[in-house]
Amino acid sequence: MAEQVLTDFIRALRSADVRVSTGESIDAAEAVKLIGYGDRSLLLNTLRCVLAKSPSEKEAHDRLFDLYFSRTAPPAEQNTSQDNQENSDDDGGGEDDLLSLLEAGDETQIAMAMEQAGRDAELADIRFSTQISYYAQQMMKSLGLERLEGKMMQAFRERTDEGNARAEELIEGRKEMFGRAREHAKQAFETFGAGATLAFREDFLADTAITALDVRDLERMRVLVQKIAKRLAVKHSRRRRKKNRGQLDVRKTLRANAGFDGVPFELAWKQTKRDKPKIVAVCDVSGSVARVVRFFLMLLYSLNEAVPDIESFAFSGRLENVGDTLENEDFAVAMDTIINKIGMSSTDYGQSLSDLKMNHWDIIDRRTTLIILGDGRSNYGDPRVDIFQEAAARAKRTIWLSPEGETQWGSGDSEMLRYRPYCDSMQHVTTIKDLERILDEALSKYN
Amino acid sequence: MTNKTGYEPLTSIDAITAGLGSVGYISTREISTAIYLAHNLRKPILIEGPAGVGKTDLAASMARFLEAPLTRLQCYEGLDEGKALYEWKYGKQLLYTQLLKEKLGEVMDGAATLDAAFTKLTSFEDLFFSETFLEPRPLLTAMQQEAASVLLIDEIDKSDEEFEAFLLEVLSDYQVTVPEIGTIKAKVPPLVILTSNNIRELGDALKRRCLHLHIGFPEAERERAIVRARVPDIADNLLTQLVVFVQGLRDLDIRKQPSISETVDWARTLILMHANDLDEDMVRTTLNVLLKHESDIAAVDKDLRKLTRTSAAS
Repeated sequence: MAEQVLTDFIRALRSADVRVSTGESIDAAEAVKLIGYGDRSLLLNTLRCVLAKSPSEKEAHDRLFDLYFSRTAPPAEQNTSQDNQENSDDDGGGEDDLLSLLEAGDETQIAMAMEQAGRDAELADIRFSTQISYYAQQMMKSLGLERLEGKMMQAFRERTDEGNARAEELIEGRKEMFGRAREHAKQAFETFGAGATLAFREDFLADTAITALDVRDLERMRVLVQKIAKRLAVKHSRRRRKKNRGQLDVRKTLRANAGFDGVPFELAWKQTKRDKPKIVAVCDVSGSVARVVRFFLMLLYSLNEAVPDIESFAFSGRLENVGDTLENEDFAVAMDTIINKIGMSSTDYGQSLSDLKMNHWDIIDRRTTLIILGDGRSNYGDPRVDIFQEAAARAKRTIWLSPEGETQWGSGDSEMLRYRPYCDSMQHVTTIKDLERILDEALSKYN
Repeated sequence: MTNKTGYEPLTSIDAITAGLGSVGYISTREISTAIYLAHNLRKPILIEGPAGVGKTDLAASMARFLEAPLTRLQCYEGLDEGKALYEWKYGKQLLYTQLLKEKLGEVMDGAATLDAAFTKLTSFEDLFFSETFLEPRPLLTAMQQEAASVLLIDEIDKSDEEFEAFLLEVLSDYQVTVPEIGTIKAKVPPLVILTSNNIRELGDALKRRCLHLHIGFPEAERERAIVRARVPDIADNLLTQLVVFVQGLRDLDIRKQPSISETVDWARTLILMHANDLDEDMVRTTLNVLLKHESDIAAVDKDLRKLTRTSAAS
């Protein structure tokens, strides 16, 4: 039974994105065996030490611990209560569980019965809030709803005032117990299901076109972007030196072995140093693209762990460096300022490119990945493909991201096809997953 | 455990707290619980948290408390097994070969054929790859301890990922493998403490094998206790004011929050300057002990009067 309490808790943790391996579950079981369930704060300290291994995991752990262990009585007591219940069951169905519970009005006993009913109904499997009623119903069944209803009908059939009053009483009682069961199921949902629902929603959001997102999803997107950024950072913040085994570094070897009379005990190999990633983002912030830009920059600036060097420019008519604004101010505020300040004039790619050349040319160097985010619609102005070609030649790689699909490139005032020959890659982005994939690719080129 | 191993003082969580207190480390229940679990489950502890909150000091204090040797392995980029585990004493091997050259000639003399000489030589091979010529580095030293010891692997996040993977054998089985000699298993598993400042995210494999302890900035009460333990001759009212001030400072939006060690330094500075109470001028002149960035000092400046007042009032 004690084991069950712990496994259920670990399930709840996993549903809330805390990674718990089998080995860690065993550790937790051993630790609990050592310290017991008696001291709540000690149990909390122990489990958070064994199971939660980063600040965010600790936070999730503490939240769930409160939820879970406020629900579950210490297992020792549970055992006895279960025995009691089994005994009462053995007494033969004569005793009405629900009814006697109600009449006794013993809070602890009701709580125990709810706990047991929850286990019978396999409440730990609950995943969605819509399932609460269903599980409450299942719990009522296990508590003996049918017998109670039987009694109720019997009381009605008596057709006496006394019988009616008794039936009314039973109906009230049923209502109350159902309310309690619902409450219990709801708490179980918060423990086991809330994380799963969130994960489900996040998966869904990651696949939704950014332009189709709802305003109420923005906060969730922020969390999701943080997660993606973390994933990319973990993957790409590795060391920057690559051992190139196979090529002997003669000078280094001789130097290292001078102490051994020149006998080469220690061999030194040539190493190639990896470039630190540097990303220069040039973003069209006019109406049609602004939304995608918002998430792209949000993701980019959450990456500072992996990419120490980020420069960003926003343009519609003229181009401006917005790196400082984004770094120093709250992201949402900064983004609004930028869009209001820069995004209001009519789009001119040619002018913006020549601004880039005039004022910020030195920023693009051989370790730069130049990322342009825009639809390439330049209102029939000169697109200055020559400057773009020059910029692409200076940079390590040039990537163009467009919120428009490939079929629309080159239609109307779109200059995409004229820029295309100079890009290493030109892609259509719709979802946040696309952005993740593209940044992942861009960063992989530095390995 | 019937043999005396040196871990006997770790009988209970309270005993650990008291023991650490006796060597000047003010522990919390969470920290002591982690040590207790680490000892009983035989697991390493990974300690994370901001710089200067006493992560490394915990290991040193545990060693003092247990009166056990502390083996310290400082991690850095490029650290490899040659520096962490063992190294052959090449120089000595070379010297011995030179000295024994003639002797070798004598031994080989009897061999008529090349084949026989080779067989003879192989029988001496192990001589040169034996423990005599093995230079133990921190990890091997820790495994060779006869009784309780503390192994501190400091700032593991600064090492490379390859090294992290290499550590797994030590962390899960308390053994190391030297190809020429074989596997060396710890006689008495050391208490292993790893620290990380979160410069990079550590691998899951490593985290899985360790207990995890996060030490954050201390509560006011604990910080007072720590400063008192480190700077015993500080006056009560100054101590209270100083801690309130530092705690207030941590709530501000600054680049690097002052750590405990900086609070202690500041307390020492104030005593040197014969301060009885915090006053604004005094704080302003000594602020560079607490804050290490010019921009932080500038940022705090406008709140300085208010902070000093509230501290002085407490």
